[in-house]
Amino acid sequence: MLKEKFDILETTCVPLPLENVDTDQIIPARFLSATTREGFGENLFRDWRYDKSGRKNESFVLNNPKYSGKILVAGKNFGSGSSREHAVWALVDYGFRAVVSSFFADIFRNNSLNNGLLPVMVQENFLKDLLDLIIKEPGNKIRIDLAEQSLYVISSGESVRFEINPYKKECLMKGLDDIDYLLSIKNSITAYEFRNTLKK
Amino acid sequence: MEPKTLFDKIWDSHVVRSIKEGPDVLYIDRHFIHEVTSPQAFAGLKQRGIPVFRPGKILATADHNIPTKDQNLPIKDELSRNQVETLEENCRQYGIEYFGLNHPKNGIVHVVGPELGYTLPGMTIVCGDSHTSTHGAFGAIAFGIGTSEVEMVLATQCILQPRPKRMRISVTGKLNKGVTSKDIILYIISQISTGGATGYFVEYAGSAIEALSMEGRMTICNMSIEMGARGGLIAPDETTYEYLKQVPTIGNQPDFYALLKDWNKLKSDRGAEFDRELTFDAGKIRPMITYGTNPGMGIAIDDSIPAIDDISEDRSASFRKSLDYMGFIPGMKLLGHPIDYVFLGSCTNGRIEDLRAFANFVKGKKKASRITALIVPGSKKVEQQAINEGLVKILKKAGFELRQPACSSCLAMNEDKVPAGKYAVSTSNRNFEGRQGPGARTLLASPLTAAAAAVTGRITDPRDLLNN
Repeated sequence: MLKEKFDILETTCVPLPLENVDTDQIIPARFLSATTREGFGENLFRDWRYDKSGRKNESFVLNNPKYSGKILVAGKNFGSGSSREHAVWALVDYGFRAVVSSFFADIFRNNSLNNGLLPVMVQENFLKDLLDLIIKEPGNKIRIDLAEQSLYVISSGESVRFEINPYKKECLMKGLDDIDYLLSIKNSITAYEFRNTLKK
Repeated sequence: MEPKTLFDKIWDSHVVRSIKEGPDVLYIDRHFIHEVTSPQAFAGLKQRGIPVFRPGKILATADHNIPTKDQNLPIKDELSRNQVETLEENCRQYGIEYFGLNHPKNGIVHVVGPELGYTLPGMTIVCGDSHTSTHGAFGAIAFGIGTSEVEMVLATQCILQPRPKRMRISVTGKLNKGVTSKDIILYIISQISTGGATGYFVEYAGSAIEALSMEGRMTICNMSIEMGARGGLIAPDETTYEYLKQVPTIGNQPDFYALLKDWNKLKSDRGAEFDRELTFDAGKIRPMITYGTNPGMGIAIDDSIPAIDDISEDRSASFRKSLDYMGFIPGMKLLGHPIDYVFLGSCTNGRIEDLRAFANFVKGKKKASRITALIVPGSKKVEQQAINEGLVKILKKAGFELRQPACSSCLAMNEDKVPAGKYAVSTSNRNFEGRQGPGARTLLASPLTAAAAAVTGRITDPRDLLNN
C-alpha cells in the first residue's frame, strides 16, 4: 500500500531552474548508509543547501523564505544518474508530493510512482514560462488534478494535460502498489516458471 | 515471421503477462543485491510478512560501503558496518548466496556477476544499482531498479516495467592506438547528451564494438545509463562464448554446446526496426575527458572546453554553474592542467584488462609526486590475477600500490574521498558535483588517460607516452 492516495493537489511551488539535476545532488552518497526509509528529508540537496561548515547557503531556493510548497518545478532530465530511491524518499520526507519537469530519468520516474510522488512531464516551453512565473511571483498556486491529468496555473487560468500510464494512475488514486498487484498474480508467475522449465 | 530486435526477443520471452494499457510483468532470471539499496526492501517483506520467493536466483555482495584497506578488520564506520551486517543477516535468514567482506569471491557486483558465470546471454537481470546495464555486454536485458522494485523482485521474481523504445548505436571502423572502449562511450554520450537515450534500450553494434573484448564491451554497456538509457546490450558472438567457456561453472557444463546453440539465436534479425538509429566512426574518436559535472560534458583531450557562445541560452546557467564548480573557464584547454588524484577502478574500469592497460602504461615510468593514486581492483579475482600476472610488481616499481576491491572512490561512500577543490582523473562513470567527496572535481577518462595523468601530474594525452 502507498502511504497516501493522490487525487488533487493545490499548492505553491518551489522553482529549481537547473537541468540534469542528478540523484547525487538530491541526496549525496554519504547519507545512504541508513537501513530505513525515514529521515532523508533533512539532507535533501544537502550540498546545495549548506556550505562546507554546515551553514545555510542563503542563495539556495530551499533556504529562501519566499518559496515554499509541495510541488518542485525543475529543469529537464530531473533525477538522472544513480538509481537510489533515497532521492525520492528525501523529496517526499521533505514534503514534496509532485515534481514538474520537461522530462525525467527513467529510474527516478519509476521510483517516484512507487512512492506516491507524482512526476508531471510538461512541454519545454511551458516549463520555461512556469519557472519564470513562479520565480517572479512566488505566491502563484498550481492545481494538479490526477483524475483529469491536468495541471492548472490558477492566476493565469492556463491549463495543460499530462500523460500517465493508466495502470499507474489507478495505483496512485487508490493507494495501491505494484507488490499488491504482483502478489495477486502469483499463480501466473509459477505457471510461467513451469512452462519455461518444460521448454528446456 | 516479423523480424525482431535482440531486445524484443529477450523481453518477449520473459513477459508473464501484459497489463492492458499498462506495464508488462517481466520475469527476472537473475537478481543481484548489495548492502546499500536492499535493507529497506527486506524490511518491506518483513512488514508484509512474506518470504523471498526464489532465493536461488539472487546473489549478494558487499561492495558500495566497504573500505579498501584492512578488510580483515571490522568496518570502522558504525553505520556502514551496520548496513553490511544487515545484508549478511538478511542473506542468512532467507538462504541467499552472499559474498561478503573477505569472501574469496567478493567484489563489485557488476564485476563479480560476469566473471563467475552468474550473467549469461538471453537473461533478464536486475539490481538496485543503475550500472546493472554492464551485464548487457553478454546479450542480456540488464537494468538498474529502485528499492521498491528490489522488494517486488524479492517477493515475486517479477517486476512491472513499461517496454522501452529501441535504439541501435553502430560504431563502425577501427579504433586508433591509445583510444579505448571508455573513449567510445564517453564520445557517444558527449554527442547525444546525458539524457539523449532516456526512454530507450540501446543495442550497440558495428565492427568497432565487435572487435572489443568482453571487458571493453562491459565498459560500454556500463555507461549506457549515463546517457539516460534504460540499458544497453551487445549480441553475443565468438568473443562472448570464448569468455564464458573459460568460466569454470559454465564452460564445464555438459550441455555447454546446447547453450551455445540457444545463444546463437540471440541477435537482431535483418530488417528489425529500431525507433532510432545512430552511427559513429571509431576512427574519428580521440582519447576523451570530461570537463563538467555530468558525463555528457566531454571533449577530446586535445580540444578546448566549449566557449559560452557555443552553448544555447537555456543551457547556459547549468553550463556556467558546472564550470564554476570545476574551476574552469569556457574555451580553455585542459592539456597540462595539474591533477591531484587518480582513480583506477569501479564497475566501469576495474577489470583485469584495465589494470593491465594501466600497468603496461606506467611500466618503466614513475608516479608523479603530487598525485595520490587509488588503484582498486573490481574483485578478489581481479586482485589475485593482478598479483599472478606480475602487474602488482610493475605498479609497485612505478610507485603505485593496489588497494582491496570495492566501489571505493567512484561514489566515495567509504574513506576513499577526494578532498574539496582537488582534481581527480577518474576511470569511473560519474563526474557529478561531490560524487568523489564534497567539493571534489572529477574528470572522467580511460585507464590510459588516467595513467598518463598519474605519471605526469597533469592532464596528458596518453598517445604521447604509450609504451611499445
